[in-house]
Amino acid sequence: MTRALAALGLLLVLAATPAFAVSNPSEMLANPVLEKRAEAIGMQLRCLVCQNESIEQSDATLAAQLRGIVRRRVLAGWSDRRIIDWMVARYGNFVRLKPPFDPMTYVLWGAPAIALAVGGAAVALARRRHPVGPDPLSPAEQRRLADLLK
Amino acid sequence: MIPELGHFALALAVAIAAAQAVLPIVGARANDPRLMAAAPALALGQMIAMLASYGCLIWSAVVNDFSVVDVAENSSSAEPLFYRITGTWGNHDGSILLWCLILSLCGGAVALFGRGLPSALRARVIGVLGIVSAGFLLFTLTASNPFARLWPPPIQGAAINPLLQDPGLAIHPPILYAGYVGFSIPFAFAVAALLEGRVDAAWGRWVRPWTLAAWCFLTCGIALGSWWAYYELGWGGYWFWDPVENASLLPWLTGTALLHCAIVVEKRETLKTWSVLLAIATFSLSLTGTFMVRSGILNSVHSFAVAPTQGVFILGLLALTIGGSLALFAFRAPAMAATGVFAPISREGALVLNNVLLCSVCAVVFTGTAYPLLAALFHSDLSVGPPYFHLTVVPLLVPLFLAMSVGPVLPWKRADLLPALLRLWWAGAIAALIGIAAEAGLHRAFASAGFAAAAWLILGAFAELVERIRLFRIPLANSWARLVAQPLSVWGAAIAHAGMGVTVAGIAGMSLAASTVVAARPGQTIHFGGYDWKLVGLHQVPGPDYTAQVADLRISRDGALVALVHPSLHTFPQQHQTVTDTAIQTNVLRDLYVALGGEQDGQVVLRLHVNTMAPFVWLGALVMAAGGALSLVDRRLRVGAPAKRGAVGVPA
Amino acid sequence: MDATTRRRLLMAAPLGIAAVGSGLFWTLLARMQQGTYDPHALKSMLIGKPLPTFSLPGQPPSAGFANTDVTAGKLPALVNFFASWCVPCIEESPTLMALQAKGVPIWGIAYKDSVAATTRFLNTRGNPYLRVARDADGRTAINFGLYGVPETYVVDRTGIVRLRYAGGLSEDSVRNTLAPLLAKLA
Repeated sequence: MTRALAALGLLLVLAATPAFAVSNPSEMLANPVLEKRAEAIGMQLRCLVCQNESIEQSDATLAAQLRGIVRRRVLAGWSDRRIIDWMVARYGNFVRLKPPFDPMTYVLWGAPAIALAVGGAAVALARRRHPVGPDPLSPAEQRRLADLLK
Repeated sequence: MIPELGHFALALAVAIAAAQAVLPIVGARANDPRLMAAAPALALGQMIAMLASYGCLIWSAVVNDFSVVDVAENSSSAEPLFYRITGTWGNHDGSILLWCLILSLCGGAVALFGRGLPSALRARVIGVLGIVSAGFLLFTLTASNPFARLWPPPIQGAAINPLLQDPGLAIHPPILYAGYVGFSIPFAFAVAALLEGRVDAAWGRWVRPWTLAAWCFLTCGIALGSWWAYYELGWGGYWFWDPVENASLLPWLTGTALLHCAIVVEKRETLKTWSVLLAIATFSLSLTGTFMVRSGILNSVHSFAVAPTQGVFILGLLALTIGGSLALFAFRAPAMAATGVFAPISREGALVLNNVLLCSVCAVVFTGTAYPLLAALFHSDLSVGPPYFHLTVVPLLVPLFLAMSVGPVLPWKRADLLPALLRLWWAGAIAALIGIAAEAGLHRAFASAGFAAAAWLILGAFAELVERIRLFRIPLANSWARLVAQPLSVWGAAIAHAGMGVTVAGIAGMSLAASTVVAARPGQTIHFGGYDWKLVGLHQVPGPDYTAQVADLRISRDGALVALVHPSLHTFPQQHQTVTDTAIQTNVLRDLYVALGGEQDGQVVLRLHVNTMAPFVWLGALVMAAGGALSLVDRRLRVGAPAKRGAVGVPA
Repeated sequence: MDATTRRRLLMAAPLGIAAVGSGLFWTLLARMQQGTYDPHALKSMLIGKPLPTFSLPGQPPSAGFANTDVTAGKLPALVNFFASWCVPCIEESPTLMALQAKGVPIWGIAYKDSVAATTRFLNTRGNPYLRVARDADGRTAINFGLYGVPETYVVDRTGIVRLRYAGGLSEDSVRNTLAPLLAKLA
């Protein structure tokens, strides 16, 4: 409990920098192609001390620092994969906004296929109960039948 | 005095709701007309008590009664009247009271407009709404009382969070809640049908307008929230796949499925059990969304750890409502027989496909949102962000969009795909041309595919109308006469489908948006995105409870003035917060969007965006809601109407 | 299985799914209450691994140190990241002083701070550290997987990191978490 509060306090300290300001232009790489790549990598990395924001969107100091690291590595010619792995080695999978495909996430990545399969199976099960046969009696026919049976 | 009156009215509402939860249902079971007749009176009584209670809360905020904790913590006399009023729902306790108020309004609406309903069904529906009301009102009264007093009262209130001081966000909760809570009515109809053990065409006819109304509100609520994020957060994005946003999307998806499913129940008397399940699922997702995400049990242990009783109370209520209705479903639904039969290729078949796909999207969004919690159970830390949702949701949307245009031109019961597709050839051809032209000009596959899909949806939406008026096959004058004679609900459906197309066009356009961040001195001109952005000057402006730094920009293109814009940065000394006020100049086809950042060494930071077709994203949602509203005013759908027709057409 | 049973099972499936979901959620909440699960507990990749390689300059008059200095010294030891501008760091300083008084070796790393501000901080709040090094640009902190300051790492006798404590240490957290672990490692 105290621990949770302490951690919360820590998060507050880090997040207290204006969260809705604009990032610093001097961070951007001069080469627009490399800058685009760096942005694409940054969009996949989570700002660790914010709620659901990528480091590209955050103004927390830690996010700014990680942005700088991504850009330095891009300049140094690292591959996207290597940069992300470098981050994961330090901050764990928590840092990836796009979770890896591993046994822990089979269900997550399989979700669309599982959902479609379950939906298809439900439809098939429901259909097996009443295959397409002749049309049921119309209301007028039902009334006639009821009259005849009286 | 006034807060005590509000507190008393709240207690009264709990008592009425308790009676409303018991008497009508017992009456319907015992077939006692007097008990059943009490239902509308109780629902109206609860509504009046809740209106009085909420009125008292607003009054306390208007007169700055800081002895009320809720007012002291969320309002200040320096604020304009409007924000003092909207501040009443800008916090946890007040927003739950608002939630309960809207629930009581739903009960009142069924009492007022449901006169044509059979009295037993009406009693059960109102009774079920009473059960839900009673639970949540009891929670409000005992665990989250907004009328709690503070002594001694502070001289000044703590003021509303500056982010909430915005007209868009201020009216967001009532609209969103009207959508969330509006689904309580289809839910109540579903549970009532399970209690009665019967679902018929009339049921579908009654459920549809209520679903449609809630759906329209939810659509507007989601669009408003997304628009707010766009202009207020200063990042130029419109959807972040945030848990709060996802929570509002989930019931929208199942609600949309229910909307379509109810048509099948009404027209063909089939998919009945499925509709009942969808109605239960939609309200369950609304409840989960509101109380798990908004109350912060999920993203802050804080709230749960500090008040475990509150948390357990809410979770108990959720378990009771959701578990109870699903248990009833498990017991009663197997006995409900389906009657209508249809071939896979038919209007019904297309609607089943629509349902499977919408529910799959819903399942995927739910999985993605809840997965970090699931992983935590296995001691694994992971994040699920926008890249996941883009990769999984888009592939499901492709068949959904394809089917959206084909479905409406298929006949009921049994159809052939080929003739239907032939009727759509012109829409397909134009969409393909647009896609190819876009790709040739832009070389951006996602955007081109998006524009093609948008064209397909918009043109396809009107294909049914074109078919109905036999355009170019009979003289134009006759076609015109047929067009005018088309029922409003046909127009409504076409417009709503076209609205989806407009939103898709906006999303495709926004994938082409460009942005940059620059530091600029007054007098400096930045060339970006084909425009010249000149920072003319900077000045300070005092506001009611903040000071604003305002930048004046002159945006021109090839020397010709396009716009003068004034982005600003508001500093709220009382709350120690700064909020950007972005400047957006739009011509609908594109937004010029400027956010002002902090100042460093005489330079200010500017974030410049050229957001292609951004307004289409929300315009599309408005068009969708307008289509829904148009269907709603159709006489054939009106709530009072079915009784007269239902009595003839539906054998008991 | 006949058609009726199948239909009954199908209709009970939603209830089953909801039950499983709420069961999982309840487990999570129960763990949260017991304190065995904390959504804000920041997991460290360093647990079970040796310290990352670093060699930092000292905060005068202290000499700097490297990861090898920590593991060559008295173990178990603490490595503590702090900064003069952080409020929880000020709050945890009495706790660190008490630990030092008990003979626990604490290696301090001043995170993104100036020499002057750090000197002032150590003079007013006390200096519990064996040595104080400076991580002026915060790169070593990133190699530790640091989220923010203060953070404390426990290194066992074999030089392996056994615990990362994020946030300010208090008497409570020392009694409940740190002291038992140190006793076990000693």
